[in-house]
Amino acid sequence: MSWLPEASAHATRIDILLAGLLLISLAVLGLVFGLMTINIIRFRVGSRVPLSHEAVVHKSWRFEIGWTSATLVIFFLLFLWAARLYVVGFQPPSGAIQIYVTGKQWMWKVQYPGGQREINMLHVPMGRAVQLLLTSEDVIHDFSIPVLRIKHDVLPGRYQSIWFVATRSGQFRFYCTQFCGIGHSRMTGTLVVLNSTDYADWLDHTPASGSLATTGEMLFIRNGCSGCHVSGRYASDARDTSRAPSMVGLYGSMVPGPDGRPIRVDSAFLHDAILHGGPARSQQGNYSTEMPSFRGVLGEDDLAALVAYLQTLSPSASSGMGVDAVTPREGN
Amino acid sequence: MALTADRERSYLWQDGTVRSWLLTTDHKRIALLYMASITVFFILGGIGAALIRMQLVMPTGAILSDETYGRMFTMHGIVMVWLFLVPSIPVTLGNFLVPLMLGARDLAFPRLNLISWYLFVMAGLLVVYGLFRGGLETGWTFYTPLSTDYTQGRVLPVVAGVFLSGFSSIATGLNFIISIHQLRASGMTWYRLPLMLWALYATSVIFVLATPVLSITLVLLAFEHFFRVGVFDPTLGGDPLLFQHLFWFYSHPAVYIMILPGMGVVSEVVSTFCHKQVFGYRFVAWSSISIAAIGFLVWGHHMFVAGTSLYAAVVFSMLSFLVSVPSAIKVFNWLGTMHGGAIRLDAPMLYAMGFIGLFTVGGLTGLFLASLASDVHLTQTYFVVAHFHYIMVGGMVSAYFAGLHYWWPKITGRMYPEMWGRTAAALLFFGFNLTFFPQFLLGYEGMPRRYATYPAQFQVLNVLSSAGASILALAYILPLIYFAWSLLRGARATDNPWQATGLEWRTSSPPPTENFVHPPVVTHDAYDYAALDQANIAARQEVPHA
Repeated sequence: MSWLPEASAHATRIDILLAGLLLISLAVLGLVFGLMTINIIRFRVGSRVPLSHEAVVHKSWRFEIGWTSATLVIFFLLFLWAARLYVVGFQPPSGAIQIYVTGKQWMWKVQYPGGQREINMLHVPMGRAVQLLLTSEDVIHDFSIPVLRIKHDVLPGRYQSIWFVATRSGQFRFYCTQFCGIGHSRMTGTLVVLNSTDYADWLDHTPASGSLATTGEMLFIRNGCSGCHVSGRYASDARDTSRAPSMVGLYGSMVPGPDGRPIRVDSAFLHDAILHGGPARSQQGNYSTEMPSFRGVLGEDDLAALVAYLQTLSPSASSGMGVDAVTPREGN
Repeated sequence: MALTADRERSYLWQDGTVRSWLLTTDHKRIALLYMASITVFFILGGIGAALIRMQLVMPTGAILSDETYGRMFTMHGIVMVWLFLVPSIPVTLGNFLVPLMLGARDLAFPRLNLISWYLFVMAGLLVVYGLFRGGLETGWTFYTPLSTDYTQGRVLPVVAGVFLSGFSSIATGLNFIISIHQLRASGMTWYRLPLMLWALYATSVIFVLATPVLSITLVLLAFEHFFRVGVFDPTLGGDPLLFQHLFWFYSHPAVYIMILPGMGVVSEVVSTFCHKQVFGYRFVAWSSISIAAIGFLVWGHHMFVAGTSLYAAVVFSMLSFLVSVPSAIKVFNWLGTMHGGAIRLDAPMLYAMGFIGLFTVGGLTGLFLASLASDVHLTQTYFVVAHFHYIMVGGMVSAYFAGLHYWWPKITGRMYPEMWGRTAAALLFFGFNLTFFPQFLLGYEGMPRRYATYPAQFQVLNVLSSAGASILALAYILPLIYFAWSLLRGARATDNPWQATGLEWRTSSPPPTENFVHPPVVTHDAYDYAALDQANIAARQEVPHA
């Protein structure tokens, strides 16, 4: 367990604010518990101090006004301090790099100005202002980067913005922090802060449109497959297979066929399963949802890409199994 | 024998048929009906909490699938908030005590009181039906559009149940307000009311004013679902933030519904066990009212990162600081009450001091969340979970137990075993802190709430928290056992075992059905221990039955 690093000047300012709040809290707590303890020791039944029923009315007014105004003054100063730091979030500097982040059950799609796209990864340069434009395709999500001490809800149908200047290179986690359905805890990713040369390098070497498998991965997510099927890529520890079978290691494995006899999952099996949908193809398991047909939704190019992607989820099987695969037919 | 005669007349034993209990209009019996119901719901919600803490022992999730986990924390939240915390003290201790403290025969509308219990039970059954036949994974907040378009769970029966429970709350609130206005005994002026009644009065005002907003919101939710009227759903032209505004307009005042009665109990208990007038009575009384009033103006602090305007955020932040001032006033006044008293550390007092400590932590961490910039970092993490549990469990549940122990002799006519009471109070304090303090650190580190699985770096603190939860469970189970035991074997309680001043202690334990044989006349301020002591001395010299 390591203490949460500060990856921006704003994060440092927030930590100072938190330290201030903590100090005041500790002082008040010390006062409350101290007075409680002293009172118990001095005034418990059987102690030497006799019980007095003196009229406290006169005395009490002074105390009441004293602690009420002290509390008010301290609270007002805290309010001003924290509000000033918050206002900054609404004022992105001009010239900030604008990166589009789209939330969707249950992944983050990131698009860069240069046309690069990523899933659950966010690359930013160190020392430059970055503005994230956040939106959602379905429910309300929330984009949270603890090392930068910022977060914002991500709403369907509108853009929200947060901005930051990262000052520390490295890899840090970001999370969805607004409950968005059963895959909520899988909706995390990695923020990669690079120095400016590495960043330029990364931009150059990241193709604007990816390989077949990468395209397939995009399709897998964009068509909602990842909503039900665990694919292991984004959260290796995800194991929720109550809605649909996991795709990890599925390719090349044996499953019971329609007549009960086991059949091997090959490319054709996957291809047909996607086209026909539902449990028609395989009777295994009792899943809470029925897979819809994607006939008419996905073209063959898409299917090929999807199948190529699913093969990568069974690294041991993919090399030997490629032989019988339906070869992607160009221009079909 | 006088004792048996008292027993015959007591509300507990006069006509013991099931029918007479189910059709009773006696506020004391209805209080017990409520007590039984909310205990069942508390156990149900507690089982949810236990499963949640077991799951989170392992980063990959120890026992539940993601889906079951979602349903479990939703169940925990909904049951605990609407079927335990909101009703808890008002409908049990409040129902029992309001007429007794006023010196009245019953509440203003005894039949309405019974109806409100039936509504509550129906609401509870609907919610439980929805949660068990299919379940629901939206969290207790029902945020749209997740709850309208993207969940397969049973939203409607659950929402209908919550809707119905609202009517139960409104009925109880109305009953209390009118009773306090109309049924005060001769000589019972407003400034002679016990602080418990000021707190319950403030609570009732919130019940009556805020709950309809929740009902309207839930109706709109149903409208959108059935008739596709665009209210909250952006694809239909609605605004999802509108739901949050309406929801928190009820649910933030509801936080004060949950804590104000607890503050009332603590004022009673601290005064009794210090044998001294409450310091700054009028300030404590009016702080309840101002909490209720300002509490209506702070709902926006749940939405600092939701996409509201900068100006709204700034105003709501300032008002949130303001609402914590009256709470601070109460804490200081309780400490002032202890000063110069004759302090006895019986179980109710231990629970009340636990309340003061834990509520102070909850309140102070509330400042971290009322502060705009730090809220951005901490909100929607475990910091928030820890914060509101300190208020609602550390505060409210401690106060509920303080009240239960304090009035147990009056309610049942039996004493609970004191040693066990103290043990349970200490266990509660220790177990609670071990459970929830690590969650503050988890929140600072960035662990989001409502995660079924989490990165391995958070495991140590999660294991600590789960260990604390098992101690906390013990602290809840113990009172269940010894309270049940005391019903049969506990020592018989005298009429005023704590030497307290309230009217409820002037009648027998348990009270007769009509509460007071002779209508009481109030001649002193609340908590006038000087007068009580003098009267006791005088009584000892004359007849022993004053």
